[in-house]
Amino acid sequence: MKTIFKRPESLTLTPMHYCPGCTHGIIHRLVAEVLDELDLRERTVGIASVGCSVLSYNYFNCDMQEASHGRAPAVATGIKRARPDLIVFTYQGDGDLASIGMAEIVHAANRGEKFTVVFVNNTVYGMTGGQMAPTTMPGQVTTTTPRGRDVDDIGYPVRMCEILASLRTPGFIERVAANTPQHIIRAKRAIKKAFQYQVEGRCFSFVECLSTCPTNWGLSPYKATQWLEENMVPYYPLKNFKTPEESEEGGKNAD
Amino acid sequence: MAKVLMKGNEAIGEAGIRAGGLCYFCYPITPQSEVAEYLSRRMPDVGGSFLQAESEVAVSNMLYGAAGAGVRAWTTSSSPGISLMMEGLSYIAAAELPAVLINIVRCGPGLGGILPSQCDYFQAVKGGGHGDYRCMVLAPSSVQEAVDLIPLAFDRADRYRNPVIVIGDGMIGQMMEPVEFKEHKFPPLPPKDWATTGCKGRKRNVVNSLYLDPIEEEKLNMKLVAKYEQMKREEVRYEEYNTDKPYQALLVAYGTTARICKTAIQQLVLEGITVALLRPITLFPFPEKKIQELARQAEWLMSVEMSTGQMVEDVRLAVGHDRPVYFFGRTGGVVPTPEEIRDAVKKHLTGKGV
Repeated sequence: MKTIFKRPESLTLTPMHYCPGCTHGIIHRLVAEVLDELDLRERTVGIASVGCSVLSYNYFNCDMQEASHGRAPAVATGIKRARPDLIVFTYQGDGDLASIGMAEIVHAANRGEKFTVVFVNNTVYGMTGGQMAPTTMPGQVTTTTPRGRDVDDIGYPVRMCEILASLRTPGFIERVAANTPQHIIRAKRAIKKAFQYQVEGRCFSFVECLSTCPTNWGLSPYKATQWLEENMVPYYPLKNFKTPEESEEGGKNAD
Repeated sequence: MAKVLMKGNEAIGEAGIRAGGLCYFCYPITPQSEVAEYLSRRMPDVGGSFLQAESEVAVSNMLYGAAGAGVRAWTTSSSPGISLMMEGLSYIAAAELPAVLINIVRCGPGLGGILPSQCDYFQAVKGGGHGDYRCMVLAPSSVQEAVDLIPLAFDRADRYRNPVIVIGDGMIGQMMEPVEFKEHKFPPLPPKDWATTGCKGRKRNVVNSLYLDPIEEEKLNMKLVAKYEQMKREEVRYEEYNTDKPYQALLVAYGTTARICKTAIQQLVLEGITVALLRPITLFPFPEKKIQELARQAEWLMSVEMSTGQMVEDVRLAVGHDRPVYFFGRTGGVVPTPEEIRDAVKKHLTGKGV
């Protein structure tokens, strides 16, 4: 009998702790499938960050390091500079990457560090119980914005792909989503490209993946996927912002 | 190898390369930026990796990553920069990674000034960052000794899988002195089979400091304590000066201050006053037993520091209530003169102590 679907070898057998309906599990699987398909598992070091995905070192079946909050791109820089032959990726949430780790991600991108960043944006600090993140939508209620995010008080949500795409150096930047089968197929394609560019030693590669948080959004898993589509996608457009081919043609940017 | 005249910071850079520290991360800060400048020139020639990072916070986490990948990673900085590295340092200690940090201390607190100081003693020897950990701390008192201790720092970092701090004041970094780069031989080190180098042919490795189970966290804490206890048994280093003949008082001083104390002691000898010096070379582990032993022959002790009194607490812990332990210090970037130290000694000898 032909096996047509199985757990990727790049995922361990450890049951994940993620809440029902959270799309972290899907994004983990996409990364693992890509590591399998490109045969990278045995020469990959992944970096877990602080937040809901802090325990991802238990789930990715490759060498892993657990970074302090926001510093995964610095840890990845250390590994990649020490051992350029290894494949290195960070897996970071929006509080980790877009708030406390803003300096590390911007400078790693601007140096063109040749590793891959998988950035999971679900608009809240999930692990600590649903506080406002830099990516929280205008008006969105969180435990620290009980009246909804007031943009006059705290500003508008940070768009990381757009920020990083304003830099000349980083080569591959794309935003995808994990809420529908169609989006998931595109997400996998983008993650695969990101790793391929790293294998070729070409550029810094960054994939932002819009993700759901039914628990902290107070929605059912299905409604959460709809909320993402209706609220996040218009503000966080799903598209490719940069490819190394375009950059090599003369630094063509999304602007 | 013949002696060469080198500025402390440049000699430190060269010593790091010769010790196999081929992965260096830095952020500029006075009075040690010459290390980074030197290594930016030298590293490409020796096939090493030099990176000027965006911040000291990033530096410390780059160290974590590189050390976790099994290479000899190190950095140099000065007080405010070292404070920013405390985040990574705590994680490095917890994940049991080897790394070498060199702190060319400047005066503080806050932005302070750029002049020599020993005001970071507490930070260096008591852990510095959050959590229950210690670093091995080596304190050279000359450029030559800095160059000699750096290979030891790398070796012990690897051997104990623990961060090692080399602490020098701005004087050590900025002063030019003749140095010789000697061959240092150490016993073979165990393989770094814990490093994240790709899991081909073995179980996967995880570099981590998260322990949600209190029993597991406590086990880690006790494992770290066992290492520190081993350091206390095997790694204590010090220099004795003038202890081979009877002495009235014992000075305790490290680094540049110890050199000034020696001059003060020579001046006192001319006046018929016999004083000895114990110079800790390891600040952690602290030579407490040696100080206890030497204290028995002294009427009193005095800790001399470029601080408002930090190491003096460890000297007092070592001797307890057996002998008075006085303190003399200049701070704020003021380097004490031999005459000041001499006069401080004489004040206590005449019974008019502080």
